[in-house]
Amino acid sequence: MLMLTCPVCGATAEETEFHAGGEAHLKREGPGSDDAAFEEYLFMRENPKGVHLERWRHVYGCGKWFHAARCTTTLEVFGTYSAQVLEPPQEIKDKISAKRPGWSWRNYS
Amino acid sequence: MSDVVTALNGASWDAGIARVEGVPLQGMITLRGDFGSKALQAAAEAAAGVSFPDVRSAQCNGDSGLCWMSPDELLVLCPYAEVEAKVSALSDALKDSHFLAANVSDARASFRVSGPHARDVMAKLCPVDVSPAAFGPGDFRRSRMAQVPAAFWMCDSDTFQIICFRSQAQYVFDLLKVAAQPGSEIN
Repeated sequence: MLMLTCPVCGATAEETEFHAGGEAHLKREGPGSDDAAFEEYLFMRENPKGVHLERWRHVYGCGKWFHAARCTTTLEVFGTYSAQVLEPPQEIKDKISAKRPGWSWRNYS
Repeated sequence: MSDVVTALNGASWDAGIARVEGVPLQGMITLRGDFGSKALQAAAEAAAGVSFPDVRSAQCNGDSGLCWMSPDELLVLCPYAEVEAKVSALSDALKDSHFLAANVSDARASFRVSGPHARDVMAKLCPVDVSPAAFGPGDFRRSRMAQVPAAFWMCDSDTFQIICFRSQAQYVFDLLKVAAQPGSEIN
C-alpha cells in the first residue's frame, strides 16, 4: 500500500485518498517551441524502475497539488514537498540519497 | 412556500452497534479567502462565535462552529434560520477583499454516528486512523467514505458528525447501516 503525507494539510493517508498527476517537473513547451522540444514535453517520460518524482493531488482531502518522491518498485515514499517548486529541494534529494545512494532521475541526483 | 427538509427527513437507525441519525437542518457556509487576513479571521470568528481553527481541526459549539477544510476554505456552521444573515454579514465584512461566502446548507447532508463503537463504524469506511490516540474531539478530517467524499469530526469522544453531498445522502446512510450492522464490532 502506498502511504502519502500531504505537505499542505499534513494528513497521512493511503493512495485512494489521493490522485496521481503524472511525472513531476515537466517544462511546458507552448506555441513557438520547436517540434523536438514539444514532443519531449508531450510524450517523453522517465518511467523509471526505482526512484521517481511525481505530482499528486489530495483529491478527497484539502484538494491541493503536491510533489512526491517515491520508489516505483518498493512503493517506499522518500518524502513529499510543495507543488510550487521547479525542482526537488535539497532536503528531499538528501533523503533519497540516504536510501538509494547513487540514484539519478533526469538531471537530478 | 414548501417545507424545508433535510435529505432523508430525519431518518435514524439504531439496530446495530452504533446509532446512525440524520442531523436536523444545519446552516453551512463555505467561506474561502486568505487565512492570513485579520479581517477574514475576525469575520469568521464573529459569524460562528468560536475561535479560528487550526489546520485540520474544528471549533464547534452546539450547531455553530468553524471547520478547517483546506488552506483557503472554511466551513462555517450556524443555526439554519440565521444562515442568510450570516452570509450577508460575512459579505459586508469582507467586501474589500477577494473572497467567497456561499450558503451551502441545502447542498449537503449531515449524519451523526454515536455510541461506544462509533469509531469501529468510521474505521471500516474511511482510510483514516480513527483510534483515540490519532483522532479525537476537535480534530476534523476530509476524506472519503467508501466511494464518496465526506468530512467528519467528533462532537464528543463517542460521536462523529459527518457531512457529505446531499445527492449522496441515501448512499452514505446505507453505508453507515451496513458498517454498523449487529455483531460487527472490530474488537
